[in-house]
Amino acid sequence: MPAQKTGLRTNRKFDPMHFASPLRAAALVFCVLPFVLPRPASAYTAYVTNEKGNSVSVVDTEKLATVKTIPVGQRPRGIALSPDGTELYICASDDDTIQVIDTKTLKITGNLESGPDPELLIVSHDGKYVFTSNENNNLVTVIDVKTHRRVFDVPVGVEPEGMAIGPDDKILVNTSETTDMAHMIDLQSRKVIANILVDARPRFAQYTPDGKELWVSSEVGGTVSVIDPVKHVIKEKIRFAIPGLENEAIQPVGINFTADGKTAFVALGPANHVAVIDAATKKVEKYLLVGQRVWHMAFTPDGKYLYTANGVSNDVSVIDVAALKVIKSIPVGQLPWGVAIGK
Amino acid sequence: MTLCRPRRFLILIGLILFGVGLAFSISTRLLAQAAPPLSVKVGFLRQEHSRNTISILDIPAPDDGFAGAKLAAIDDNTTGRFLNQTYSVEDVALAPGQDPVAALQTLVSHGVTLVLADLSAADLLKLADAEHGKDVLIFNTTAPDDSLRQQDCRRNIIHVAPSRSMLTDGLAQYLIWKQWPRWFLVKGSHPSDELLAKAYEHSARKFGAKIVAEKTYVDTGGGRRSDTGMVQTQKLMPLTTQNAPAYDILVAADEHQVFANYLPYRTWDPRPVAGSSGLVPTSWDASMDQWGAQQLQNSFMEHSHRLMNARDNNAWVAMRMIGDAVTHTNSNDPKIIHDYLLSPHFAIAAYKGQRLTVRPWDQQLRQPILLTDGRTVVSASPQPGFLHQTSVLDTLGVDKPETKCKFK
Repeated sequence: MPAQKTGLRTNRKFDPMHFASPLRAAALVFCVLPFVLPRPASAYTAYVTNEKGNSVSVVDTEKLATVKTIPVGQRPRGIALSPDGTELYICASDDDTIQVIDTKTLKITGNLESGPDPELLIVSHDGKYVFTSNENNNLVTVIDVKTHRRVFDVPVGVEPEGMAIGPDDKILVNTSETTDMAHMIDLQSRKVIANILVDARPRFAQYTPDGKELWVSSEVGGTVSVIDPVKHVIKEKIRFAIPGLENEAIQPVGINFTADGKTAFVALGPANHVAVIDAATKKVEKYLLVGQRVWHMAFTPDGKYLYTANGVSNDVSVIDVAALKVIKSIPVGQLPWGVAIGK
Repeated sequence: MTLCRPRRFLILIGLILFGVGLAFSISTRLLAQAAPPLSVKVGFLRQEHSRNTISILDIPAPDDGFAGAKLAAIDDNTTGRFLNQTYSVEDVALAPGQDPVAALQTLVSHGVTLVLADLSAADLLKLADAEHGKDVLIFNTTAPDDSLRQQDCRRNIIHVAPSRSMLTDGLAQYLIWKQWPRWFLVKGSHPSDELLAKAYEHSARKFGAKIVAEKTYVDTGGGRRSDTGMVQTQKLMPLTTQNAPAYDILVAADEHQVFANYLPYRTWDPRPVAGSSGLVPTSWDASMDQWGAQQLQNSFMEHSHRLMNARDNNAWVAMRMIGDAVTHTNSNDPKIIHDYLLSPHFAIAAYKGQRLTVRPWDQQLRQPILLTDGRTVVSASPQPGFLHQTSVLDTLGVDKPETKCKFK
């Protein structure tokens, strides 16, 4: 029962767990680290899965260059770091497994027991569990990181993909692409407690850092649904319009919030833009032109830069978060899909 | 006592109000948890397709088309599980010459109000006119006839299959993009081949290609199978394509599969072939694996133990359109479903890389056209550079300003 085991040990006031994802929890840890440890402020490492290249590109964020390419399993997509940054988890979709990479040696050290065709994964805030969606068997799988074994599965809708974990590690969210729903799973009872109908092909879910809203992007519907995670209702839908671009090309996928929760970035797929949204008013403030077919994104741990994986142009774009400007494109492998950044 | 009475009365009223409020809140909570069950009954009316195909790979399976609807019903039921909705689809394969109207009426007597139809244009019109003004909505999953979207359009038919002009426009855009504008058009001798050839002529004018020569290949009857057939075919096809003026690509219009599949690698001049063979415009192909399509191919293979063809896929899309409309309207009323499909709220994900919607002027599903050589998907139209003021998908087929459709 992970919900019991994943109780919070830290004081609520200093609780890094109120961040929406392990990445962001890691982000806070690494925000503090530079002040504690004598190390250059921006020497982080970005890991990018290359869906067609069957590899992970390792990018040095100071040099702004790919410094190494790790061969991995087939069709690597979802990627996440353990909260302590020591392990990297990669969905090798066509090998029906999740690979574990040691971030020190950059070697594959093992496999987590997923179901067939894992696509996206997230890590619980305490780092004990990995949650993944298996596209081929309509199940969400909960994996114990220590034993690498499956703990239990939860049946969801057709083609599960997006995954999010509530701030207290109690509620797991999955989106199913063909069923067009966000399923709220209570980890203690291991049951789906609510199904929220959203627009077509929901691919990604993300809690706001304060946990008060759940944002779900619908790739084909072209919207982001803002959900009240307690009442299980859609509060609002965010729509996008880019002058000179056809509506069908606007296909929201990845969603990332700044650590203060004030700004959201939404990757718009073949629209080749990232929308910058005021998280309070839900107004789109700016569209940033990035590479082609932008999928997923990650912040550097200091929150200063946002990296976007651009599927068709085989590169990542680096966004200066304060200036809201794209400052660099870094070539990576073939068809980059996911990105995670650690120390 | 006189003072107590109103107090007691107030307490009593308070208790009653509290009770009513509690009952109401419990009932609404229960309602929210379990919606009343909704059953959606769909009929699948289909004709038998010819087994006389040039390639034995194209011989239709016994569950041709229906297998797609069956798979989508499973998908719809997975979603329905969360909403207390159930979907069923009843298969009716018509014998040659069997009256489709009588078959439909039998389905209606079973409670069916939504019908997927894999039928000819003539049979579709019979159905539509018999049900005119009644509570039945028909989904055309096969007939490509532009007439059904133009002068013979009917309010109670939604066209899921692409029209001939969408298919020919899809191929034409690619050939223009590829800078192969000179076409040698070889058409069959059946009326539908003539319609297809007309669609290619229109597409050529629309996108700036030139048909440098046109020839008819007459169907003289006979079968497709023999033990020594290729020897003769190898001699016949070069002769058929001899003496053509300079051309970039041969475009074959052969819906009856009489000759087109014999053309590749056998033309007099070394030229590629497109149309009814070679590079084929279609709504689906078993080799399609982009935009998540492999998920659909995998589950189709798992359930039907064969590859998914365009008829299967059109039926899958139609059944998913029904599921999507029912999910969002929480109704199985064909009128409400019809209105929803035409509304700006409707968009279906069908593994085509973008949302599909319905053109209100002729009730045709907007969709990209895949171009496949039967081994891989070579491209998908619309091609880059073909622009449109509202949706680039409307560069394929008959656009609103040209429509002749006036719904009855």
